[in-house]
Amino acid sequence: MTSMTRALLGATALCACGLAAAAQQTTITIATVNNGDMIRMQGLSDVFTEAHPDIALEWVTLEENVLRQNVTTDIATGGGQYDVITIGTYEVPIWGRQGWLVPLDDLPADYDVDDLLPPIRAGLSVDGTLYAVPFYGESSFVMYRTDLMEAAGLQMPEAPTWDFIREAAAAMNNPEAGVHGICLRGKPGWGENMAFLTAMANSFGARWFDENWQPQFDSEAWANTINFYLDLMNNYGPPGASANGFNENLTLFQQGKCGMWIDATVAASFVTDPNNSTVADKVGFALAPDNGLGKRGNWLWAWSLAIPASSDAVDAAKTFIAWATSKDYTELVAEREGWANVPPGTRTSLYENPAYLEAAPFAQMTLDAINSADPNAPTVDPVPYTGVQFVAIPEFQGIGTSVGQEFAAALAGQKTAEEALAAAQEIATREMRAAGYIQ
Amino acid sequence: MARAVPPARKALTTALAWAVGLLLFFPILWTVLTSFKPEPVAVASPPVFLDFDWTLRNYQDVQRQRDYFDYFQNSVILSLGSTILALLIAIPAAWSMAFVPGRRTKDLLMWMLSTKMMPAVGVLVPIYLILKWLDDMITRRTGIDVGLDSHVALLVILTLINLPIVIWMLYTYFREIPGEILEAARMDGATLRDEILWILTPMALPGIASTFLLNVILAWNEAFWTINLTVTDAAPLSKFITGFSSPQGLFYAKLSAASTLAIAPILVLGWFSQRQLVRGLTFGAVK
Repeated sequence: MTSMTRALLGATALCACGLAAAAQQTTITIATVNNGDMIRMQGLSDVFTEAHPDIALEWVTLEENVLRQNVTTDIATGGGQYDVITIGTYEVPIWGRQGWLVPLDDLPADYDVDDLLPPIRAGLSVDGTLYAVPFYGESSFVMYRTDLMEAAGLQMPEAPTWDFIREAAAAMNNPEAGVHGICLRGKPGWGENMAFLTAMANSFGARWFDENWQPQFDSEAWANTINFYLDLMNNYGPPGASANGFNENLTLFQQGKCGMWIDATVAASFVTDPNNSTVADKVGFALAPDNGLGKRGNWLWAWSLAIPASSDAVDAAKTFIAWATSKDYTELVAEREGWANVPPGTRTSLYENPAYLEAAPFAQMTLDAINSADPNAPTVDPVPYTGVQFVAIPEFQGIGTSVGQEFAAALAGQKTAEEALAAAQEIATREMRAAGYIQ
Repeated sequence: MARAVPPARKALTTALAWAVGLLLFFPILWTVLTSFKPEPVAVASPPVFLDFDWTLRNYQDVQRQRDYFDYFQNSVILSLGSTILALLIAIPAAWSMAFVPGRRTKDLLMWMLSTKMMPAVGVLVPIYLILKWLDDMITRRTGIDVGLDSHVALLVILTLINLPIVIWMLYTYFREIPGEILEAARMDGATLRDEILWILTPMALPGIASTFLLNVILAWNEAFWTINLTVTDAAPLSKFITGFSSPQGLFYAKLSAASTLAIAPILVLGWFSQRQLVRGLTFGAVK
């Protein structure tokens, strides 16, 4: 045998082995958003592929709305381009009910489904069946400047009322010194100002729809909500607040320009991070305010991993999402990057872990906030929908954003509260009629 | 003889041109500057212009998260490929419309342009379904990727969406060329192929070059189809950028770095070929 033939034979054998290995390997495509926790997971995924050499991972990071649009098109047409998708508590009940997601009722025993925080689990289930597993969860709460509160001679209660928030905002407000009493969302969008305002309205006894799906923006409770919000922001808020969303307010707070900020609990780790925040050691936390009606103005959200029904690699995808949301993954992050960086808000066991409680001073408050949100009974009066800061129906994205534009216009001074509420009522009624909910 | 322009007026015109130029260029300049800022400085209010700690950290982060060169390669393949394909179809089409127009040529040109007026999203689902069907019928059976997230599908779609503009531009340039020259070539025994290849194309080269450049730029910047129909394999730079907008946390500096990386190649191309571009775009405009 010549050396040439031998080399050829060897090469063929190598190719055959390579092909066999490639044939056994399943590639799953994961669509995700660009959040710190998600990027971290991408970085740690080598640990998963080493333990599962038969599964290869392909990542697609997309802007939140682009992700929604891409994934909706793909699932609705059965395209099968994605095997794991990152979606929130708004999509899961709608898509689960549509049959677009693979039910996750057969996760391995060591996954310990019962360890998931009950409100988060409820938000990701349809009729008791889990359709997505939470990667990280959040509620909202009050973040405030301890130094400014002290200077104002006030003490923040653990569970403040809206009246106290106004009193504190007035006391801390000092625009000449560049400090505004309170920073709240104003940028229009169903996931921007309407997330905050819907949760706030819940604590004022308002609701989006009555039990017959009739829009309720003509109610006194909504008028109270919007008037209170406008009064607070016009007197003690930063200028141009109708353009401020999460990121803008985060920047203002980190630069020491807000006395208080009511927003997502995940912001706690950003505002207490000495590398980016000038007020890192002067931040206190309190539950979202209420009006004594039994509901607080806090929301509930969980970025979660789900498997579209069109995926052709369901088993491999299930193995991956079970790993990425497991207790082992939490420990892996803690070991590599410290306890303060583990994804919060999903498991009871995390909040019983002394190492985590020590590293994250806001942990208990986050847990209390999440536990006080009930997606199945979000309002004082009964409603036909689920969801705390949204209404889990497909039409909500459109209606929520249009209504959000009205309230942003009121905040910008282009409309009065009455005009904005009347317009909101008209938009919601028209859309709900067109969608067939009401006659 | 050149007309004498008073110096004051000349200075004024120059200043005005510079002002307009800078105004148009400012967003790009701001993006580039932001890409060198630390994240908190990128959103600082009042904005910081030049006085900050310049850093390359954003570029490192962007490259660490996703491999720029994969997306760059796809952008090159898609923009050059679709432009060449479009020219291959458009040159003969524009020839026939310019030199042997029929009764309906004008209507045909208008109809072609009217296809650009339809919102692309209106046909997203049908096209998605066609590509999925191609995936099932061809990709799964033969292994040749022609469906969703494939170069072939994107090349065809980008060619088709830019074809009306390419034909229109070439038609305008060809109309400037005297038909008699082509006739003379025919009398000398040139075949149709010779006529288009050796007579028409060299004469219309400036026009073809500017059409080529403009179409490359359009295809490079196309964002709707490239974002919606690709996942990873055929994803170009438009898809690369979308991943750097974050719902929670600061991202402007990283997004600016990604945008700078995405526009840099086309900016360089435009810079070197601006003489050609301007000549082509004003070709026939001044009589």
